[in-house]
Amino acid sequence: MAPELGIFALILAFILSLSQAFFGLTGAWRGKPVWMAVARPAVTGQFVFVVMAFSCLVYSFVNNDFSVLYVARNSNSQLPLFYKVAALWGAHEGSLLLWILILSIWSVAVAAFSRALPLTFSSRVLGVMGLISAGFMLFTLWTSSPFLRLIPAAQDGADLNPVLQDFALAIHPPMLYTGYVGFSVAFAFACAAMLEGRLDQNWAKWTRPWTIFAWLFQTIGIALGSWWAYYELGWGGWWFWDPVENASFMPWLAGTALIHSLSVTEKRGIFKSWTLLLAIFAFSLSLVGTFLVRSGVLVSVHSFATDPTRGLYILAFLVLTIGGSLTLYAWRAPKLYAAGGFELFSREFFLLVNNVILAAVAALVLWGTLSPLVYELLGVGKISVGPPVFAVMFLVPMLPLMVFMAIGMHSAWRRGKLTATAKPLWWLAGAAVLLSASIQGLVFGELHWLGLIGFSFGFWIIFSALLEPLRRLRQKQTLTAALLGMCIAHLGVGMFAIGASGVESYKIEKDVSLKPGGSFRIAGYDFKFLSAANVRGPNYDAVQAEVQVTRGGKAVTLLEPQKRHFWVQQTSNSKAAISVNWARDLFVAMGDPLGDNAWSMRIQYKPLVRYIWLGAIVMALGGLIAATDRRYRVKVPAAAQRLATPPDPNAELGSA
Amino acid sequence: MWKFLLPFAAFVALVVLFAFGLNPSRDIHALPSPLIGKPAPEFALTDVLDPSRVVSNATLKGQVYVLNVWGTWCVACRQEHEALLAIAQQHVVPIIGLDYMDEREKAKQWLTQLGNPYNAVAFDTDGRTAIDWGVYGAPETYLVDGKGRVIFKFITPMTAEVWQHEFLPRIAAARREGA
Amino acid sequence: MTPRRKRLFVVLGILGGVAASVSLAVMASRENIMFYYDPSQVVEGKAPVAKRFRIGGMVVKGSVARKPGDLEVRFVLTDFAHQVPVEYTGVLPDLFREGQGIIAHGTMNAHGAFVADEVLAKHDEKYMPPEVAASLKNKPAAGPPAIGPTG
Repeated sequence: MAPELGIFALILAFILSLSQAFFGLTGAWRGKPVWMAVARPAVTGQFVFVVMAFSCLVYSFVNNDFSVLYVARNSNSQLPLFYKVAALWGAHEGSLLLWILILSIWSVAVAAFSRALPLTFSSRVLGVMGLISAGFMLFTLWTSSPFLRLIPAAQDGADLNPVLQDFALAIHPPMLYTGYVGFSVAFAFACAAMLEGRLDQNWAKWTRPWTIFAWLFQTIGIALGSWWAYYELGWGGWWFWDPVENASFMPWLAGTALIHSLSVTEKRGIFKSWTLLLAIFAFSLSLVGTFLVRSGVLVSVHSFATDPTRGLYILAFLVLTIGGSLTLYAWRAPKLYAAGGFELFSREFFLLVNNVILAAVAALVLWGTLSPLVYELLGVGKISVGPPVFAVMFLVPMLPLMVFMAIGMHSAWRRGKLTATAKPLWWLAGAAVLLSASIQGLVFGELHWLGLIGFSFGFWIIFSALLEPLRRLRQKQTLTAALLGMCIAHLGVGMFAIGASGVESYKIEKDVSLKPGGSFRIAGYDFKFLSAANVRGPNYDAVQAEVQVTRGGKAVTLLEPQKRHFWVQQTSNSKAAISVNWARDLFVAMGDPLGDNAWSMRIQYKPLVRYIWLGAIVMALGGLIAATDRRYRVKVPAAAQRLATPPDPNAELGSA
Repeated sequence: MWKFLLPFAAFVALVVLFAFGLNPSRDIHALPSPLIGKPAPEFALTDVLDPSRVVSNATLKGQVYVLNVWGTWCVACRQEHEALLAIAQQHVVPIIGLDYMDEREKAKQWLTQLGNPYNAVAFDTDGRTAIDWGVYGAPETYLVDGKGRVIFKFITPMTAEVWQHEFLPRIAAARREGA
Repeated sequence: MTPRRKRLFVVLGILGGVAASVSLAVMASRENIMFYYDPSQVVEGKAPVAKRFRIGGMVVKGSVARKPGDLEVRFVLTDFAHQVPVEYTGVLPDLFREGQGIIAHGTMNAHGAFVADEVLAKHDEKYMPPEVAASLKNKPAAGPPAIGPTG
């Protein structure tokens, strides 16, 4: 019964989302308050039915109902319970249902927290979100239903892909989708503003916290994916510039630019059309990423099974949503122009530079991701763009961006004169370079240009981010959440720069053949292969190696990597063993038995690698703090909205 | 103002690129089938249901036929089974099954429980015939024309749409050419 | 010059500088844009000689060989028309096995063998190689198969 109930609930949710779209949009257009009043209950109803549909699928998974095709393909009676639930989003159909669930959660949140907004505006926002929901539900019902029956039922399921049986990857999709889908809120706000034909500073004030929340979830989602790839795929790399990763990185770049651009629109009422465009881009790139990953247009190492019908549907959906919103933009944005001057090296200028560079990086990544397709279209041949190309495209624009970031934190709105706190910046830059060089010399024993640049910029940004909060603490001045959040997020960027450049400069990776008793030394650590033994897990058998790590004769740790063999899919999966401390990771992954009791092993020394993910978490934390700033909680009386508050020329440090 | 139309124009270019990417004749799997256009490898194997009978494609010379590769270990094959049964009902061409890397008893059970869409099922227990045919996995479905040449290969589960859009036109064309 | 124009010039200058340095750097790393060839094209001599490229095909059954205890492994890739021997030193991916489609990055050596520096295997959710066989009914009872180089 559960799957039939699930389909039924999804159809009802689809109808409700259509009515949410219709009454929200036409009600606002025709000015009928009664129609507009329908939108909010429709959101609630849609949410209830989506939860019901989702629960039905969870029920089928938990109860091992292998008469459901999707369950039979992705689960197994021996799968641990946690992964049975996570298997729900292990493949295309279920992950789409997760996407829909998250979209309806965002819709409910918007419906609940938009009561203080003008009725026509909030109806239009809900209407646009209803259209997006309806599009995804139709997609699921039409081409990708996870509720199809398999009759007669399979005796048992084909199991979840072993590489997906992992904690980080189980929670990675919900986080990432929360980010992807969250950008739909900013998108809906942008569309509603264009439909209203009015965009003021209050609009930016309403939009910004939603965008920050979406952005912070996406930041964490991407970091989780990177962390998973690092330890689960057994390669020890933390970013591969794979199409799937790029698909999540491009909307993140656009979203980061949007947060900054929104702060200008909020404070000064300028950059309006650019902010709108970024809001459209952030969500559009999420959709384009979905298209690329699920249509089979690009081949990725971890792509979904492909189906041309699905590709065609998503393409049609892209044309409607992105094409529609860009048409609306071409029509309405010219009317939203607002004059407002600012000087060179003012806060506005720095944020403009931030936006230009981030947009350029997003465009470059898009170009790199799509160029295999372009080459093929031109008939030049099949190519692949290697990670070094992406690394260069990312790194080169990042260097000026970091300089502007370190200085820009101390700029003032309108005036092109830096604040007093900027004074120590120049000698701090020298201190950062000295500190980096001495760390490199003393700890790593060699200077590496990438490491030196990354460390110097990283430390400089961290110093710069600490200046203002420290000054205010010392002088017992208040520290707003927006300012604190901004500084913490930038601090995270500095940590990331140090981690990424450190690991890329000083990592050591060796594939070795070891027999029991044999040892290998990298970076002063001796890895001794003691023995290998068979062990058994809940749904796999494994060979587990004991690798004793010592340094200068002193024991450091005992690593126990496993080579797992999963019963159902008959696939092997290497489980790396990692020793972590604040300065470095030691990483051992088992390869294959080479005969003669020897095993191939990949041994790695990864200095500072943790700061990559820690930096991302700190960035997200900064976003969280900034989003809780008091000014976003102040309810705006509907009557006062037309009066844009004049910007305060004396405000030196707001949020950025 | 024309500059506000720029994003839209860029998007149109992107859509053209994506539409090209979706073109079904593109080989996204990057695993070509060099057998296309070449003579179908011959085989003579025992029948799954009756080990004393021989199933061979030599007897099908001059006919257009379909070879479907499957196995009871393959969940996706179970998924395409219903579509195959429906296709068999149309009696357009003979459908030969190639039971690949399988056990006879399980295969028999499969065919009695789920129904048998095949005119005959060859039992390829060691997968040698499958290797001759260039089988990567299952399910795969091949189309052979009257001159005994492989003219089309489809991988992943068969559906009514695929049959309608990919197979039937080619079968009609092959018959026109052969006649 | 008005402040607005000055700003515009500075921003355009930054953008131009970034664009120029990115294009220079990408030109320098052009070798990282790799073309794809299949074994037939390689045998026909269409693949570049001294340049890295990608090759894709199926690992021929029974072709994976290595000296006991040695990291170097040799196998043969086929597209069912032509075959190319491949040499690789290092840890193979988990999904690598005989009869599976793989992609390798590397260059051709003087002896007509492809020397790979990276081997990638792809697993498709809907399309199973026969190794997924282990009958769903009696999986643990069938016992753990020996963990061998072919996975």
